[in-house]
Amino acid sequence: MNKPLSIKVVIAICLTTILWSCRKDKNVIPEEQVQLPGQGITAVNGIYVLNEGNYGSNKASLDYYDYATGLYRRNLYGPANPGVTLGLGDVGNDIKIYGAKLYVVVNGSNKLEILDVKTAKKLAQVDIANCRYVTFYKNKAYVTSYDGYVGVIDTSSFKIDTKITVGRQPEEMAVVGSKLYVANSGGYTSSSYERTISVIDLATNTETKKIDVAINLHRLKADQYGDLYVTSRGDYGSIKSNLYLVDTKNDVVKKKFDIEVSNFTINKDFAYIISTAWSNATMSSVISYAKINVKDETIIPGGFIGDGTDKEIVMPYGIAVDPISSAIYLTDAKDYVTPGMLYCFDKDGKKKFSVTTGDIPAHLVFYTK
Amino acid sequence: MPQKIQAQTDSLKANELNEVQIIQKRSQLQNVSPTPLQILNGTALKKLNALSVADAIRYFSGVQLKDYGGIGGLKTINVRSMGSNHTAVFYDGIQLGNAQNGQVDLGKYSLDNLEEISLYSGQKSELLMPAKAFASASSLYLKSLTPTFQANHNKNFRLSLKSGSFGLVNPSFTYNQRLTDRLSVSLNAELINANGKYKYRYTNSVYDTTVVRHNGDIFAKRLEAGIFGTTADSSQFQLRLYQYNSERGLPGAIVANKFDFLQRQWDDNFFVQSAYQSNKNRKFQFLVNGKYAYDFIRYLDPERISLYGALDNRYAQQEFYLSVASQYNLTKFWQVALSADYSNQKLDANLENFAFPKRQTALIALATQFKWQRFSIQGNVLATLVNDEVRNQIAAEGKTEYTPTLMASWQPFTKSDFRLRAFYKSIFRMPTFNDLYYTLFGNSSLNPEYTKQYDFGFTYSRYFKAKKLTQLSMQTDFYYNTVRDKIIAIPTLSPFRWSMVNLGRVEIKGLETNLQSIWNFNLLSINTKFNYTYEKAIDITQNSTVYGQQIPYIPVNSASLTLASDYLNFGFSYSYIYTGERYSQKANIPVNYVEPWYTHDIAIRYSFDHAKVSYSLSAEVSNIFNQYYDVVLNYPMPGRNFRITLITKFK
Repeated sequence: MNKPLSIKVVIAICLTTILWSCRKDKNVIPEEQVQLPGQGITAVNGIYVLNEGNYGSNKASLDYYDYATGLYRRNLYGPANPGVTLGLGDVGNDIKIYGAKLYVVVNGSNKLEILDVKTAKKLAQVDIANCRYVTFYKNKAYVTSYDGYVGVIDTSSFKIDTKITVGRQPEEMAVVGSKLYVANSGGYTSSSYERTISVIDLATNTETKKIDVAINLHRLKADQYGDLYVTSRGDYGSIKSNLYLVDTKNDVVKKKFDIEVSNFTINKDFAYIISTAWSNATMSSVISYAKINVKDETIIPGGFIGDGTDKEIVMPYGIAVDPISSAIYLTDAKDYVTPGMLYCFDKDGKKKFSVTTGDIPAHLVFYTK
Repeated sequence: MPQKIQAQTDSLKANELNEVQIIQKRSQLQNVSPTPLQILNGTALKKLNALSVADAIRYFSGVQLKDYGGIGGLKTINVRSMGSNHTAVFYDGIQLGNAQNGQVDLGKYSLDNLEEISLYSGQKSELLMPAKAFASASSLYLKSLTPTFQANHNKNFRLSLKSGSFGLVNPSFTYNQRLTDRLSVSLNAELINANGKYKYRYTNSVYDTTVVRHNGDIFAKRLEAGIFGTTADSSQFQLRLYQYNSERGLPGAIVANKFDFLQRQWDDNFFVQSAYQSNKNRKFQFLVNGKYAYDFIRYLDPERISLYGALDNRYAQQEFYLSVASQYNLTKFWQVALSADYSNQKLDANLENFAFPKRQTALIALATQFKWQRFSIQGNVLATLVNDEVRNQIAAEGKTEYTPTLMASWQPFTKSDFRLRAFYKSIFRMPTFNDLYYTLFGNSSLNPEYTKQYDFGFTYSRYFKAKKLTQLSMQTDFYYNTVRDKIIAIPTLSPFRWSMVNLGRVEIKGLETNLQSIWNFNLLSINTKFNYTYEKAIDITQNSTVYGQQIPYIPVNSASLTLASDYLNFGFSYSYIYTGERYSQKANIPVNYVEPWYTHDIAIRYSFDHAKVSYSLSAEVSNIFNQYYDVVLNYPMPGRNFRITLITKFK
């Protein structure tokens, strides 16, 4: 062995090692844009897509599809708010628009973010532990917290006015008339789930009664006829998920649909339903879609995807229907740890486009004029 | 020279000489091993800025340490990207089992009482070993200190105190006593107390936030006792007791607006193990190992309040293990061996509808070897029989598997210490109790996760007499691994409800190289070591949207460099670790990009004897350029940190 050569080899290797050692400058991760077909000029400007990001990953992100230009903007929160430490945060759980503001509930980051609806620039933040969903009534935002309350937040001062005690681990809410209905899950105690909807009088912000429905309630949405559609998650075992109909005039359950429901949305006279059932026998999800006519409260067979696109969709997760065109937006969360997809169908269920989103695209809101 | 050596009374000098012999022996072992072998022994370990086994194994090639940061953070080893469940960890030759999740937290194993750490890709190439040693894709061996005595002394003591960043106070005590010529005992105790606080920083060039890591405190006690004996026919036996208790905070993932955590964990680990090796008959040898282990873990989450209070999960695991191994030397160059192991593991927990699984495993390994000086070939077949029983739910079906290993080493030229080697190994890991029976998540119909390894490499070693460069050695291996039926979690109905399935498929192509040299300039000696790993670990799961992309947390390039020098009573060491860019999730896209990280560590030592007591004082600075980085996304690692150590030895 030639000695000087071996020294050179060692030096060369060391230098190479140090050269590799360059770290890229830390920069704001830019937004990505995809050109999609536009939707023309309607009363809807576009649709915001909130991607949850898997728990603990801090990968909640915000996308926007602009109707006029057809531009899909992916990951726009970071570039719009580069000064927010660690960005939007962990598990984006709900998104709503009230006035000219966008409200984003970030579950793992224990915060409600208030953004400018036009620019997505951050205006304010309200800290609320283990927050889940948001709804509005007379300039107040109502936010459920898994700590067993609904936080009432003033939409001009962004302070918590009061906390209304409800059931354990409350989930979705809906306002009908001057009453707030809250689905209680009790999800932290699998041997003793909650099985009620809390009814809150919005004049006094107090719970006035509880409606017994089924265990582990989750989704809760009102139709235009004063009825509530509410889902039970079941116990993930022998008790399957189900959909119930609640009459808000008498606050009683009036129908059980016997259909497994993971998510749904209501637009005018129709509820669009994603039905995901887990089969332990095949260790796979059995996915189907359904439509309910909320006027006569019956299931319309055949679902709402008309062109066979449903075969492409791995894990349907979020759903919204354009209030003007009745175009259907459906998200695919895939395996929850890779980027998902947003599908757009026309009102007859024919696919118009699909586009890659962030991780777990879940919550959709239309930005209207 | 020999007279001079005998004249030496200075214990330090004697140790140094010992060290040279050890290095040579070790290098020889690495050179002839048909499977890649990496070793860190006592003196080399002392020169690294390492507190636990986890800190030390970062210097091995082909290894990724999954490190959640801090003294108390979980640290698991992943060898050649096959996943942490594929590396078996052995403590004095007996596996540290974990049927619950198949992982061993290497951060819990202190270097204080360890003599040697060795890592075998594939398996150890010996014949006389427990069947478990044939039963995993790679093996990490931890060898605890065996007492040594100087002539005319029947006992010795060692006291050590470490202190430094993270509020660390770490005293330890060792007492060795020779009872008779053939029997000695050893007692070793250690305390680790730290508040675990350190600064970390996140920035995107616009925001720049520095926060102190909270809830990373730890208080741990470790007690080990051993009896070591040799019989008149030079057979050996030992009995070892190990007890570890700890309480620690669990600092969680740092996400926007959440920097504080309340979760806590308690651990109790106890085992008693014994080994007897008969060397009476030169033709026939046998080795008996036995063990009982009890592992308790309690997890408290005060943020998750159910109707019955805070989430407070307790798990207790027990294992009985017995192994008999035998080797018969048919001729001078042909040996056969048969090993049989039995283990009985069970897991209890205070969870609703818990399965209370119990697993019986029988392993039988039949091996043979032809070994000449310049060529050796070894093959074995391992039979694995597993049977599970559960109190609730459905037990997994019994499994019987047969897996082979073949390995060879060849020295093509008589004059040069250059050897070619190759191995093939097919093995699997069983689904863990968590994979199979975890309430609502488990899937009892899971199959084992299989790996296949192909390795081809060479070793070269040369000693130079009367030269400044006294030794040069190198080992380089190319490998190709596949993992099929990889057990992964897939979502069921919501992101909080997952199920385990055999779905993933991974293909790994890699290159590992280690280069070591020893230099001597009169009183100055320098030891250099360089490791480099190139690894493409590709997701080839059918119909996957990430087909062909690098799997999470595996860098394509990683390297380490260590320089250790000794001059009279002074020692200086420098080490450098580089881990290239990685992705935190399956999709190799910008939002999942994790930056490369590299740390520079230095240490100085000064040793002296005074009044029959030998002292060693060292000061270490780790991550001297204060680089902030994550090994696991959102689990920040410490920046620059310090430690001082005082060790005293007396008789």
